[in-house]
Amino acid sequence: MGGRDTDIVLLDENGIRCDGRKVNETRKVTIKAGVLKNANGSAYIEFGDNKILVGVYGPRDVHPKHMSDTDTGILRCRYHMAPFSVGERKNPAPSRREVEISKVIKEALEPAVMLKEFPRTAVDVYMEVLQADGGTRCAALTGASVALADAGIPMRDLVAGCAAGKAADAVILDVNNEEDQAGQADLPIGYMPNLKKITLLQLDGVLTPEEYKQCIEIGIDGCNQVYEIQKKALQDKFFASGEKQ
Amino acid sequence: MSGERKRHVIPGEVITSGSYRAEQNTIQVGDNIVSTIVGLSDVHDGSVRVIPLTGGYLPKDDDLVIGKISSHSSLSWTADINSCYVGMLPASDVFGRDYSSSSDDMTAKLAKGDLIAARIVNADMTRDPLITISGRELGKIDSGELVKISPNKVPRLIGKRGSMIQMIESSTNSQVTIGQNGLLVVSSEDPNGLLKAIQAIELIEEQAHVANLTDQVNEMLESKSE
Repeated sequence: MGGRDTDIVLLDENGIRCDGRKVNETRKVTIKAGVLKNANGSAYIEFGDNKILVGVYGPRDVHPKHMSDTDTGILRCRYHMAPFSVGERKNPAPSRREVEISKVIKEALEPAVMLKEFPRTAVDVYMEVLQADGGTRCAALTGASVALADAGIPMRDLVAGCAAGKAADAVILDVNNEEDQAGQADLPIGYMPNLKKITLLQLDGVLTPEEYKQCIEIGIDGCNQVYEIQKKALQDKFFASGEKQ
Repeated sequence: MSGERKRHVIPGEVITSGSYRAEQNTIQVGDNIVSTIVGLSDVHDGSVRVIPLTGGYLPKDDDLVIGKISSHSSLSWTADINSCYVGMLPASDVFGRDYSSSSDDMTAKLAKGDLIAARIVNADMTRDPLITISGRELGKIDSGELVKISPNKVPRLIGKRGSMIQMIESSTNSQVTIGQNGLLVVSSEDPNGLLKAIQAIELIEEQAHVANLTDQVNEMLESKSE
């Protein structure tokens, strides 16, 4: 993306972005764990104007049977956008983009989950985007890892997601929809904060090596901020109602 | 000696570092012992484990479980044991070694929907766990009320050396068969005792994380005994 023509001022002379944030500021993130009764684990995340609901089932029987693995459990992810999640109605059939995002989120979660303990089973993660505003893959990944922890799936670490990018020739944190459309680059990052490992890294656009380094740096910083909110969501659900033993 | 205080941990959180053994629900990352699950950390005699607060039941050898017969083939029954795996109960376990599928009627012994108290014989995960109903306190369950709680709260219900469950049983005049998989069968001659025992179990399920639970349960049992 070379940046499309637009009337929006992405960055004003005071260094304030189109939605009033500073360049190194994330949007407001809120997460609630355990919102669905019928799923084994669930989470609801609001990442700015993104609203995503995640449900986790499993470990459970694998259907179709031929997909099962006798050595380990398998992880299956489905990222889906509701027809009303965007301005123009979105066809609810899985699009090319959704298939891709499902795949990258699955691969971003796989290093974290430990499914060796559950051979011949599957863990299913369903992510439903109710409202989209740029950066849904990071938000969905963030919510999915909270929902997995809520379901009691053993994990090496939580995975936090946050994008960095470039708009109006400046390196910015947490790219929103306008900046994604009109900006110059978008670099979503999935990160395991305790293990200090990146599990998702994509780049749409062009960055110089120097800008790339900066993006990674502030992106990881953003992931660490998101991680604190994930942690709080789990603590609120499991530890809020009683004193420590 | 319980060592350090129990702490609330989430996946990825470092519990302690140094020379400790990483046991249940923990992994070693470099020098650190890290939790893999949401729960309470327990550092004890050089080993670290996490008591889970969420998650399903995984069959372990020698566990007593309560299952519901879901179907049968000519050689075995399958039982739903509230887990991601189903229990396999071989017909020879009930009929003896000279079982023959042509002369013995399996449904006469155990039909679909019957409850059984069973013990897990082999849970090596390469195939579905093998269960048995021959043994003391095992077999078909004919009467009682089935109660389902989270499998993670079973140890809390039993209490230290069975203190909690003994208290419930003696003060309500009831018998509780506890399956490690979170299924319980409560039976009592006295309907009021039965109801009170179920209430006590539900209270424990709700308040499992609270510290002075035994007192609370005791209070509840005594308050309604008039």
